Amino acid sequence: MTTYVQTRPSREMRPFPVRAVAILLVLMAIGLVTAIVRYANGIGAISNLSDGRAWGLWISFDLYCGVALAAGGFTLAATVYIFRRKKYYPIVRGAILTAFLGYLMVIAALLVDLGQPWRIWHMIIYWNPHSPLFEVGWCVLLYTLVLALEFSPNVFERFNMQVPLRWIRAIQIPLVIAGIVLSTLHQSSLGSVLLMMPDKIHPLWFTPILPGLFFLSAIAVGPAMVIFESYLSSKAFGHRLDPEIPAGLGRALVWLLALYLLVKLADLLVAGEFGLIFSSALFSVLFLVEVLGGVVAPLILFALPAVRASERGLFWSAVLVVLGLILNRFNVSLLALEGRPGVSYFPHPLEFAISIAIVAAGVLAYVLATRYLPVLQHEAEQPA
Amino acid sequence: MAKAMLIDLTRCIGCRACQAACKQWNDLPAEQTRNNGSYENPPRRSAKTWTTVTFHEITQPPSEAGEEEGFAWVFAKRQCMHCEHPACASACIVGALHKTPDGPVLYDDKKCMGCRYCMIACPYGVPTFEWHKAVPYIRKCTMCADRIALGMEPACAKACPTDAIQFGEREALIVEGRKRIKASPAKYVDHIYGEKEAGGADMLYLSSVPFNELGFPELGEERLDRYAGLAMLAVPPAIVGVTALMAGTYWIIKRREQMMAQAAAEGPEAVESPEEEVA
Repeated sequence: MTTYVQTRPSREMRPFPVRAVAILLVLMAIGLVTAIVRYANGIGAISNLSDGRAWGLWISFDLYCGVALAAGGFTLAATVYIFRRKKYYPIVRGAILTAFLGYLMVIAALLVDLGQPWRIWHMIIYWNPHSPLFEVGWCVLLYTLVLALEFSPNVFERFNMQVPLRWIRAIQIPLVIAGIVLSTLHQSSLGSVLLMMPDKIHPLWFTPILPGLFFLSAIAVGPAMVIFESYLSSKAFGHRLDPEIPAGLGRALVWLLALYLLVKLADLLVAGEFGLIFSSALFSVLFLVEVLGGVVAPLILFALPAVRASERGLFWSAVLVVLGLILNRFNVSLLALEGRPGVSYFPHPLEFAISIAIVAAGVLAYVLATRYLPVLQHEAEQPA
Repeated sequence: MAKAMLIDLTRCIGCRACQAACKQWNDLPAEQTRNNGSYENPPRRSAKTWTTVTFHEITQPPSEAGEEEGFAWVFAKRQCMHCEHPACASACIVGALHKTPDGPVLYDDKKCMGCRYCMIACPYGVPTFEWHKAVPYIRKCTMCADRIALGMEPACAKACPTDAIQFGEREALIVEGRKRIKASPAKYVDHIYGEKEAGGADMLYLSSVPFNELGFPELGEERLDRYAGLAMLAVPPAIVGVTALMAGTYWIIKRREQMMAQAAAEGPEAVESPEEEVA
């Protein structure tokens, strides 16, 4: 069933996806109206956030999941440019585009979630180096700039701007290294943020090595996201992809997931909290679904040659990793994080409207970028 | 010397004069409330209500001295604890919250961008947010730092008719608290809440019933930013380490490729080309 024969017309000849884009625009418009209400009447007007639950859907999904799901950018850049596995070169630009859009989406969500988003630049002039959020803020700022530069050759090539193209290629390796350093810090610093609440987070998730677990789970979800989106874009745009590429990522995922699982379970064993896995009522269920469904199951699947030989097998295994990561970030930043006594929280429909609009904008940008820029079809440049 | 308050819950009669005085001094508006079947009102602290008295109906087990099962109605005045090592101040991305030498933990309107990390970090559930304002700020008790600066005691302490709230030097108040516990060991639990919690606070409490029954969180004696602080210390070495590791890896692999290419050029049959490295 794995057919990589190009049966569809090339991108220039394909009709513009009018219906899909119209739906995306409607979703974005709903979000925009919601945002206007929020800027006029405050966050309380469009959300169920309260003093007892000050961070909700936007922080858990748009920030915590968004950053982790953008990890494909630096993991693929490291694979291709530092470890020089040139086999993966055809997908590195797509991964960097996803990461770039992911970070822009994170910033968009912050512009809604922050009480006074017009003061977001305050982090540049008022420093508190003790705050993990200070690290997060600087990583978002700098890595978004790095991603913009890493993505820029697509634009320069499109408009045949040779001079900036030469400049960007001259600094390519330092740029990639900067991206890896910033991503390492950023992925882990989102774990550091939660270290401030040792008494509020359920011990199944709280550990002093939370930053390390955040980093390990991010480098595992990176390749899974790449499998996920290259499958979808090959279905949608009909471009060819060497089946060895997702299969190779699947092989790497066996090791990445195994490492993450090992560290996570060893940490619980060392802390003497292993028994909590089975004795924490609802938290046990959340933990087991997250670890069995999102780590153990895809680990076994990716280890099977039959799964790695199947396009759809790889895709669905990657979906498990992505869903497991999302559940993990929701668990640790929302469900297992105690609110103030007597406060319950479920996101307001308009909170969903904001998150959905941001995802719609990201999808639209991806569709347009892959349509009009040489992201998926590029021949000119090879890693030096 | 740091200022502090000793709040003796055995003296509190639940009159809420402190609540009213706080609103008056800080010019805070009234707020819509609802009847919860208790005199507790409003049910929660908010950006408009920085201190509240919570009402607790506590059943006491029979004492060893032979007293029967008892019932106690206990009132707890709650507000910012003004920690010695405030988690909110460590958390704040722009350093808008800080511990002053006088004791109060203060908030700078001009810096805050409204991220609300302080609200998540605070173990006592203190910072509140102006959810329904277009230009919102964090609000919380200031220990009436403006009054302290003028040589006055905080409004709540001034208003308290039973002297349940005593304002003074922290060290002296701890000595006073110990003295009261020692003088009436049957009346008090042997614990000054706030003396050591999460590294200590400037709000010190005495009570007749265990503090967890009054909704005070059970915290260790260590600072809450202990783990986050370690993680932040690891940032500079991580930058150097990851940079060196990546640059070194790049250099070694690149050099190996060059040597392979060179060897292949000199004696094509002697060396196999590296698998899957060829684009």
